[in-house]
Amino acid sequence: MAEIHLKGLAHSYIGNPQINSDYAIHEMNHVWQQGGAYALLGPSGCGKSTLLNLISGLIKPSHGSVLFDGVEVNDVSTQDRNIAQVFQFPVIYDSMTVYDNLAFPLRNMHVAKDKIDAKVREVANTLDLMSILNRKANNLSADQKQKISMGRGLVRDDVSAILFDEPLTVIDPNLKWKLRRQLKQIHERYNITMVYVTHDQLEASTFADKIALMYEGKIVQFGTPRELFENPNHTFVGYFIGSPGMNFIGLNKAIDNNTDEFTFDGMQFPLSSAQKKVLANSDSSNLKVGIRPEFIQLSNTDHPESLACNVIHTEDLGTYKIVSVQLGEQTLKVRLGEDQQSPSSKAHITFPQQWVKIYIDEYLVDLQGDSEHE
Amino acid sequence: MNKIQNNKAWFLVLPVFLLVAFSAIIPLMTVVNYSVQDIFDQNNAYFVGVEWYRDVLTDPRLQASLGRQFIYSATVLSIEVPLGIAVALMMPTKGWSASLCLILLALPLLIPWNVVGTIWQIFARSDIGLLGYVVNGIGIDYNYTSSPVDAWITVVLMDVWHWTSLIALLCYSGLRAIPDAYYQAAKIDRASDWSIFRFIQFPKLKGVLIIGVLLRFMDSFMIYTEPFVLTGGGPGNSTTFLSQTLTKMAIGQFDIGPAAAFSIVYFLIVLLVSWLFFTSITHLDKDKVKEQTYD
Repeated sequence: MAEIHLKGLAHSYIGNPQINSDYAIHEMNHVWQQGGAYALLGPSGCGKSTLLNLISGLIKPSHGSVLFDGVEVNDVSTQDRNIAQVFQFPVIYDSMTVYDNLAFPLRNMHVAKDKIDAKVREVANTLDLMSILNRKANNLSADQKQKISMGRGLVRDDVSAILFDEPLTVIDPNLKWKLRRQLKQIHERYNITMVYVTHDQLEASTFADKIALMYEGKIVQFGTPRELFENPNHTFVGYFIGSPGMNFIGLNKAIDNNTDEFTFDGMQFPLSSAQKKVLANSDSSNLKVGIRPEFIQLSNTDHPESLACNVIHTEDLGTYKIVSVQLGEQTLKVRLGEDQQSPSSKAHITFPQQWVKIYIDEYLVDLQGDSEHE
Repeated sequence: MNKIQNNKAWFLVLPVFLLVAFSAIIPLMTVVNYSVQDIFDQNNAYFVGVEWYRDVLTDPRLQASLGRQFIYSATVLSIEVPLGIAVALMMPTKGWSASLCLILLALPLLIPWNVVGTIWQIFARSDIGLLGYVVNGIGIDYNYTSSPVDAWITVVLMDVWHWTSLIALLCYSGLRAIPDAYYQAAKIDRASDWSIFRFIQFPKLKGVLIIGVLLRFMDSFMIYTEPFVLTGGGPGNSTTFLSQTLTKMAIGQFDIGPAAAFSIVYFLIVLLVSWLFFTSITHLDKDKVKEQTYD
């Protein structure tokens, strides 16, 4: 059992890093609490696996430290960190039976035979492996093999955290949900800290209580799946989370008067006074508004807050529709429920103010009193 | 549905069939033909049935030679396989040293067999050869031309020198194919170095080792050139192996009939041993539900 603290942690694969891009992991401070189920989400190459290997000790950090329960473990070897890791491809000992695979870590630790037996059976029971306990491990299916590699972590009493490195990559889609649910149950039962690396937001949000979203070697947001969805604090989070991702429109300050209006493609974007004030106070020219496709409203009739737009096409995905609309030069995605009618060509678009997020230099500006919709 | 009957496609395999027939089937059948006849000249050949086979199988000279052959193959295999694995495990995995090792290992494999024989013939000579001279110099009486034991040691050493590289290179490529995750998982499971070899490396090497052992068995069982150049089969008959006996019989004495019968027996032995080895090893991979229970 352990709380994992990343303190001023940074890592570069290059011996003497000079510029920002030399770093695979940028300096970060982060705490994974004991017993939590966390997902480390991000696109390929963002540093997820590097971060995981830093925690497990397969890589030694070039800067900063990793602390387990307040004790620095930078120089502690992988085997002494008491963590288990499940890899992208199932790692099993081919020549052994399922039983021997599960017993292997305990035998290496010279645990008493009857204790090994009890523990192996308990874990095999939880993982539904009882019926194949005496079979050779190399002829099993990928999901069973993956369960074995997870089981080798669970049999050990001393394991403080299990790290998963995209463990469902090779699993059949129809078994993925089953295995994910089993993971969740195991987490509840054993109360072990679990960190789950994935690039699939669905996997992340079903498994984890909290998601750390990584982008270019940084954790850009750490929060519940709902927080990441409703309040993405970086444009990348908005773009990466959600299907389709958030719509962003770049804004310009209106030049000709003092009335703090903001325009795009010659149109005025409807904003609240608080939002206008924040934008007006900024010196940056990188101003954006973001809104989720789920929160945009489309209608056939005009009303004061709406803007006229053209519907380009509608994709019907069964349970919902994605409508692409042209607004000035911008193409926006709108997500409509199955029962909602999609306007055919001309439409009027409305942006409900509480869902319009302000981004300055790609980061969310947290507006005071913006929490009324919580 | 009407199945289109068009057997013309069979003509497409005709070239391959002709090639195989010409290069393998017909020569083999010629040998079979010789092995059941007593041939004096082109016009005088008599059918003798299995007589040559009976002669060959009861010939004490051949039996002795067969015995030596098995001992020889078993000896070189039992040295080359573990040694090759050990070399592969100790080889560096990256950098210039890895390339250097690969080149050094490949060198013996590139030398023609009779040259290998000649190299060792000179290398092991007790009067001018580096090895022979040094061994005698440190007080060990060594002379492969007069002592059968020394001759055996030299022949075995030569084969180990020549062919361990093959096993080492095969194993090296096998080891490189093991993903890092296996080693990382083993580390996490606190496996000892021996356990890593026993449960990860060795099982993953099985495929290349089967190939390596089969190749080495067949080659060593049919060895001719190197001992012929090195010892000429002597002293006495102590290093005369099967191919050399066969050659003597067929070319030295023109006993075509017995030599043909012997060739067939020889061929069948190689086939049988290889088959037995291959099936027994691959059979181990089958998923046998263990009878043993853990209660």
